Amino acid sequence: MDPTKTEGTEYFHQVVDCQWGCPAHTDVPEYIRLIAQGRFTDAYMLNRKSNVFPGILGRVCDRPCEPACRRGRVEEKPVAICRLKRVAADHRDDVKGLLPTAPKKKNGKKIALVGAGCASLTVANDLMPLGYDCVIYEALNKTGGLMRTNIPAFRLPAEVLDEEMNYILDMGVDLRLNSPVESMKGLLDEGYDAVFIGSGAPKGKDLDIPGRKDTDHIHIGIDWLESVAFDHIDSIGKKVLIIGVGNTAMDCCRTSLRLGAKNVKVMARKPRDFFKASDWELEDAEEEKVEIVVNHSPKEFVLKNGKLVGMNFEKMEYEIDDSGKITETRITGEEFFPCDDVVLAIGQDNAFPWVERDIGIEFDKWDVPIVDTTTFESTMSGVFFGGDAAFGPKNIIWAVEHGHQAAISIDKYCNKQPLEDRLPRGVNLHSAKMGIHEWSYSNNYDPAERRLMPHVELQKRFKELDIEVELGFTVEQTIQEVERCLNCDIQTIFAPKLCIECDACIDVCPVDCLTMTKNGEESDLRNRLSAPAENLEQPLYVSADLPQTGRVMVKDEDLCVHCGLCAERCPTGAWDMQKSELLVPFAKDEATETRKKAQPSAA
Amino acid sequence: MSYIAKPKVTHPKLPRNKLGLTERDYEGSVSTLCAGCGHDSITAAIVQAVFELNIEPHMLAKISGIGCSSKTPTYFVSESHGFNSVHGRMPSVTTGANAANRDLMYIGVSGDGDSLSIGAGQFVHAIRRNLNMCYIIENNGVYGLTKGQFSASADIGSKPKKGLPNQQEPIDAVSTALSLGATYIARSFSGDKDQVVPLIKGAMLHKGFALVDIISPCVTFNDHEGSTKSYAHTRQFYHHVVDMDYIPPAKEIKAAYDEGSSMPIELHDGSKILLRKVDTEYDPTSRAKAFKYLRERFNAGEIVTGLLYIDEGRPEMHELMGNVDTPLSQLSLESLRPAKGELERILRGYR
Ligand SMILES: Cc1cc2nc3c(=O)[nH]c(=O)nc-3n(C[C@H](O)[C@H](O)[C@H](O)COP(=O)(O)OP(=O)(O)OC[C@H]3O[C@@H](n4cnc5c(N)ncnc54)[C@H](O)[C@@H]3O)c2cc1C
Ligand SMILES: Cc1ncc(C[n+]2csc(CCOP(=O)(O)OP(=O)(O)O)c2C)c(N)n1
Ligand code: SF4
Ligand code: SF4
Ligand code: SF4
Ligand code: SF4
Ligand SMILES: [Mg+2]
Repeated sequence: MDPTKTEGTEYFHQVVDCQWGCPAHTDVPEYIRLIAQGRFTDAYMLNRKSNVFPGILGRVCDRPCEPACRRGRVEEKPVAICRLKRVAADHRDDVKGLLPTAPKKKNGKKIALVGAGCASLTVANDLMPLGYDCVIYEALNKTGGLMRTNIPAFRLPAEVLDEEMNYILDMGVDLRLNSPVESMKGLLDEGYDAVFIGSGAPKGKDLDIPGRKDTDHIHIGIDWLESVAFDHIDSIGKKVLIIGVGNTAMDCCRTSLRLGAKNVKVMARKPRDFFKASDWELEDAEEEKVEIVVNHSPKEFVLKNGKLVGMNFEKMEYEIDDSGKITETRITGEEFFPCDDVVLAIGQDNAFPWVERDIGIEFDKWDVPIVDTTTFESTMSGVFFGGDAAFGPKNIIWAVEHGHQAAISIDKYCNKQPLEDRLPRGVNLHSAKMGIHEWSYSNNYDPAERRLMPHVELQKRFKELDIEVELGFTVEQTIQEVERCLNCDIQTIFAPKLCIECDACIDVCPVDCLTMTKNGEESDLRNRLSAPAENLEQPLYVSADLPQTGRVMVKDEDLCVHCGLCAERCPTGAWDMQKSELLVPFAKDEATETRKKAQPSAA
Repeated sequence: MSYIAKPKVTHPKLPRNKLGLTERDYEGSVSTLCAGCGHDSITAAIVQAVFELNIEPHMLAKISGIGCSSKTPTYFVSESHGFNSVHGRMPSVTTGANAANRDLMYIGVSGDGDSLSIGAGQFVHAIRRNLNMCYIIENNGVYGLTKGQFSASADIGSKPKKGLPNQQEPIDAVSTALSLGATYIARSFSGDKDQVVPLIKGAMLHKGFALVDIISPCVTFNDHEGSTKSYAHTRQFYHHVVDMDYIPPAKEIKAAYDEGSSMPIELHDGSKILLRKVDTEYDPTSRAKAFKYLRERFNAGEIVTGLLYIDEGRPEMHELMGNVDTPLSQLSLESLRPAKGELERILRGYR
């Protein structure tokens, strides 16, 4: 293999699994260390820089970082990254003085944003400080989008939502509630400099089987949750069936319990391995005694004298191969489940009835707008999409990242710069060495297991709809959990010229990451290391030829616990632990004026 | 030396041996030697060898003298017996232990200073008795622990960090052992684990005195330019003469081997070692030829490595003395002591 190229590449970013897994590249290890030092406000602001809504996300983020987290491979459970984010939010001081502000002198450009969900708000967050006038059109009488209408208050309290929304709105955003945009053409005619569409994926999928139209006790999940959130619905029957087993289903079943249901079953067509809901959402629902019934496919609604009495399901059987794919499906019988109400939670579609199809914004065959995955521009220049509206339903953190990228594009568009000319991400490295055996981070491995989130007791939590179930980590839990982080951003950096091939680093590495061996092709090398490097998603760090024997030093990044022992044991300083800081460009860094200043020759 | 101990966390797929133990289970406490010391690398090789041989830790005794090298038994197999003796006295303590309990496996760790200066007399007599043990010399050409004075293994002309080059004739542990009739003699280099580990395994299983002389650079006092025991010098001049593979009992030697260059040797426990002669001229079963070869290569400035001599046929100490198979430590006092009548009969013989 060629020596690993780290300069001008994403190599070191990739080593920080959580940050690599986070759509918005949140600097997780750094904020965890700040929390460890009790610097909650700093930890909050660092989070806010990339993910904008730490208090919200610290409760309900989809957490793509956690399945990616290295700790989950070294032992069973990843670091409770999300819970720690909430710790930072819960314990921060007043941050008002630290927030971005809009300049007095505006730049004269006016941007329309459709929808007051997290996508649009992120765009406003990034553009307001640059002097843009942002006008948000929101159909409902409240901000927040699905975060308010669909994520139940027992998971995300309204105050948390309002506080973080207001940080942005208070910069002087022109928020127009109760103002549905009914015609894109009309909006374009108003002469905005650019338009951002963050209207979400607001249409819940329906289930067209016999009996569907014969009763009003069948509800579409996302509409039903919205009605609950706006107090239009405050009760449901005793027996409820939820169809589907994604995260929406989990919110529907738990909401049903809080509206008076006594027996709630979530009906899944497939076995558990195929569930879309996150593990923690399933666990929380099951803790509340929701029954999850697998391998039942809805066949028909059963009515007696015009009243819904239950549903018939086909019982399914599946052949599953070694790779976990279904190879054969069989129907083995039928089963009746009694119920008073049914909630359909089988997915969402985009819907843009208000966007005329003849104005230059093209849609694909599934009626989804065609949007560039880098610039987020539609086929009509100056019109951008982001969040669920862009590529269908995802989650908050993706919507935020879309918002950041769209804000960069909008700024470029308004300054007549090519949208594709974007700054690459960069990395800063500096040694973490403080003394012979001292590092600027806590390098010892702490064997503590993942802390569990304390919950409000079962008996108490159903009394009101908005009793937040999760209590947040205690001080003791926080102290233990922060130490579980492996500081993956403290990189092992190797200087081949200094190595005398004494084997000290190889012998001391607790997880057998390191090997000195003859070079070879990657597939061959991976099998010849101290421990076989079987995780192909994790890169090998390969050195140039070593001075004494011409062998190479190879590090398998997969399980490195960043203990720094290789560097402590190295007699020549050939290994060093260096903190990498990922530089992620935002609209303010990309803004023409800033870049002009940074690169005088280019101007 | 490092500030934190090696964390207990391990690779989740760490292999286990027949006893269900991992290599990590054979480690000891954290090393306090200088970072990069060759001795630490030998410690790691011992850990690997003992793990691979499926040795029950309580059936192992590790004994040493004084020196950085002699500190290392603390850093491997915590669960075994150990005795850190007086400077140069490792051989006699091992002799005593072995006399009392022949069932244990003995691994002696010594330095060039410990064995070739103050302990030279002890070293020599352990060989003469063909004491059943694995005797490791961690050879760095200096007294590391006392700040790097030349030891008896320093080569003529080798430069110290400060002061004048060595002028005295070195004592070569390998030739000394050969001349005294040791039955398993090997030399290697701490930076070559692929060679060191099988040599240690063979030495552990060999019946009789097994010497493994391992060049083990002292990074702090003897790893500079002009030193003949540095990493760089050793790498430049060392040659594999006879490599060996260890083949556990009941395993067949699978690879086809060429008569001229390969030589299988059966050990007393049924396992085998397969010698692979890099230099086909070399005969590791002939003392006379080995001696000549070693001298020639030494004069040419080469460091020859590998299993340089082996004789599985010679009786070890207990056999020479005609001792019972049961360890003396396990015999009852009655059977150890002559009966009253017997004692009188013996005494009468002296009158
Ligand atoms: C039940 C449920 C639970 C979820 N739970 C989670 C979770 O725990 N974690 C997570 O990360 N994600 C979760 N999601 C997904 C997440 O809520 C969305 O991905 C995210 O809110 C998308 O943000 P957005 O800004 O793109 O759109 P939205 O939040 O949908 O906001 C769009 C806004 O635009 C408004 N709007 C629409 N059309 C118009 C128009 N024509 N004119 C004016 N305004 C308009 C809407 O009223 C709405 O306020 C959940 C989704 C559902 C349905
Ligand atoms: C009886 C006695 N004499 C002298 C010493 C001082 N001394 C301690 S270690 C040592 C030499 C060790 O050299 P070596 O065996 O080569 O070990 P190294 O430190 O080089 O590994 C000496 C002379 C001593 N401890 N005891
Ligand atoms: S251990 Fe810490 S730095 Fe590493 S991936 Fe997990 S959270 Fe991120
Ligand atoms: S920091 Fe070095 S010694 Fe520690 S696990 Fe990583 S490679 Fe191994
Ligand atoms: S400890 Fe340092 S000098 Fe020794 S092998 Fe490792 S990198 Fe090379
Ligand atoms: S002084 Fe030399 S022999 Fe002793 S520990 Fe340090 S490097 Fe090793
Ligand atoms: Mg020495």
